[in-house]
Amino acid sequence: MKSSAIAVSGLRKAYGDKVVLDGIDFEVAAGSVFSMLGPNGAGKTTTVNVLTTLMKADAGTVRVAGHDVVTGIKEVRAVIGVTGQFAAVDELLSGRENLRLMADLKRVRSGDQVVGRLLERFDLAQSADKMAATYSGGMRRKLDLAMTLVGNPRIIFLDEPTTGLDPRSRRAMWGIVRELVADGTTIFLTTQYLDEADQLADRIAVLDQGRLVAQGTPEQLKRQVPGTHVRLRFAGLRELDAAAGALPGSTRDDQELTLRVPSNGDSKSLRALLDKLDEHTITADAFSVHTPDLDDVFFALTGHATQAADTTHEAHTTHATTEAIAE
Amino acid sequence: MSTVSTSFGDAAIMLRRNFKHTVRNPVTVFQAVLFPVVMMLMFVYVFGGAFKVTGEYIDYAVPGLTVMAITYGLGPTAAAVNGDMTKGINNRFKAMDVSHGAVLAGYVVSTTVRSLIADAVIVGVGFAMGFRPHASFLQWLAVIGLMLLLAFATSWLTVAMGLAAKTVESAGMATVPLIMLPFLSSAFVPADTMGTGVRQFAEYQPFTPIIETLRGLLSGGHPSTGDAFTAVAWCVGFTLVGYVWAIATFRKRA
Repeated sequence: MKSSAIAVSGLRKAYGDKVVLDGIDFEVAAGSVFSMLGPNGAGKTTTVNVLTTLMKADAGTVRVAGHDVVTGIKEVRAVIGVTGQFAAVDELLSGRENLRLMADLKRVRSGDQVVGRLLERFDLAQSADKMAATYSGGMRRKLDLAMTLVGNPRIIFLDEPTTGLDPRSRRAMWGIVRELVADGTTIFLTTQYLDEADQLADRIAVLDQGRLVAQGTPEQLKRQVPGTHVRLRFAGLRELDAAAGALPGSTRDDQELTLRVPSNGDSKSLRALLDKLDEHTITADAFSVHTPDLDDVFFALTGHATQAADTTHEAHTTHATTEAIAE
Repeated sequence: MSTVSTSFGDAAIMLRRNFKHTVRNPVTVFQAVLFPVVMMLMFVYVFGGAFKVTGEYIDYAVPGLTVMAITYGLGPTAAAVNGDMTKGINNRFKAMDVSHGAVLAGYVVSTTVRSLIADAVIVGVGFAMGFRPHASFLQWLAVIGLMLLLAFATSWLTVAMGLAAKTVESAGMATVPLIMLPFLSSAFVPADTMGTGVRQFAEYQPFTPIIETLRGLLSGGHPSTGDAFTAVAWCVGFTLVGYVWAIATFRKRA
């Protein structure tokens, strides 16, 4: 397939007994942004490592720019750029020297100009000659990404590029990603944030415990997610029972003592909801209106909350639901 | 460009980077160069008077101190190598298709050069403190050759340990045995003055034949062929183990 920048099928990877990727398939069209969305421990970084030739898969095929990542390592490496989860900058070199190091290793002609342009573009020119150890988190990420861009890779992998960044740096990073796409670069991006995937991606794949539980455009995905809802928290199970009985269509969480009630969030429906509670003389301890976030996407797609990815005993009980929804 | 010349080019680039690291990290300079000199001052001016050796104590101590200067510089290398590994810098190089050999050679050569500088400082300060070797020109060449070999061998071993360690701290700790070995050798006192168990250990551990060979050469005498052979064998062994271990670990760990 000519138009696929990345094609993955049947990808599996386990560390000992722990299955990290349990047979995943997806394709990324050239010149598009593909976002892999998932909580910590879902297998995002492992996917990036396999796709960027840093790790060998146990099974499955991965083609990047038409080359197999096992038999065509050199060809793949020649066209990709990778920005890992932690800013991989050399702290004892200045920003300029870090970029120069990349330019030298890639044998870029007129490296000084390339470096100068990147420093300008990423707003790092003022600190260019300071050691990277003195940079803020946002500056490091920017330098890291600038280093990845040396040599103009056609396919760029960004592993959680905005995790730990303040909102302003995050927006700056989004702007940079959009510019790259405008230049025709293909971007594979992992994130924990639905809004980030929504902002940037042409297609989103949701990864949970090593499986892709959903794939599609942001619109398709959001359609599968409950819309705005009201969350009510109660003092005890008795109140929760009563409220659940009074409000059909609501979903309860016995551990958290919460009830989520679908609602469009306008004043009229909220008033109706509160009136109904009054009718049954039920008092809620807390009342909040939610717009969907990653937790909701997860809940809708997998039937469990994002944290479950870290606790293996829960993984077994939830797997059945995961599969059912993935059908 | 051919693969070989690309690798050499990459190695030169990595070497330049590691040299910059060395001069910019005051801790490295202190630990690798100044600390051995401080140890030399202590041993010669504080403890040395109490040790019974034939001839001047400084003439006895300098060969061991040159070996110690080499091993003291290994801690910073292990930590730096591990930092590159755990902070994703080596992954960046890998994904850029920088030759593995070039990355590793960059560490080994820069550490070896730093060790030789530390040794030059030890010998230089030694001269100022009254060190009077009687080695001929050829013997000096042999001394430098053995120092080079030892520095190269322990660098490979250290790079491997740095790559394999889980954290920067444990990487630094991994080199402690190499740093301790000279103390349990004939570096500062003759082995036959030690208790039985320690003496046997001192006689069979790698650094004693190396130090005895250096001492023999520097005194202008003939070191025993057995010691010289054992010294070189240990160095070659360290190099092979370090090399194989380093290459395998670097390839495997992402």
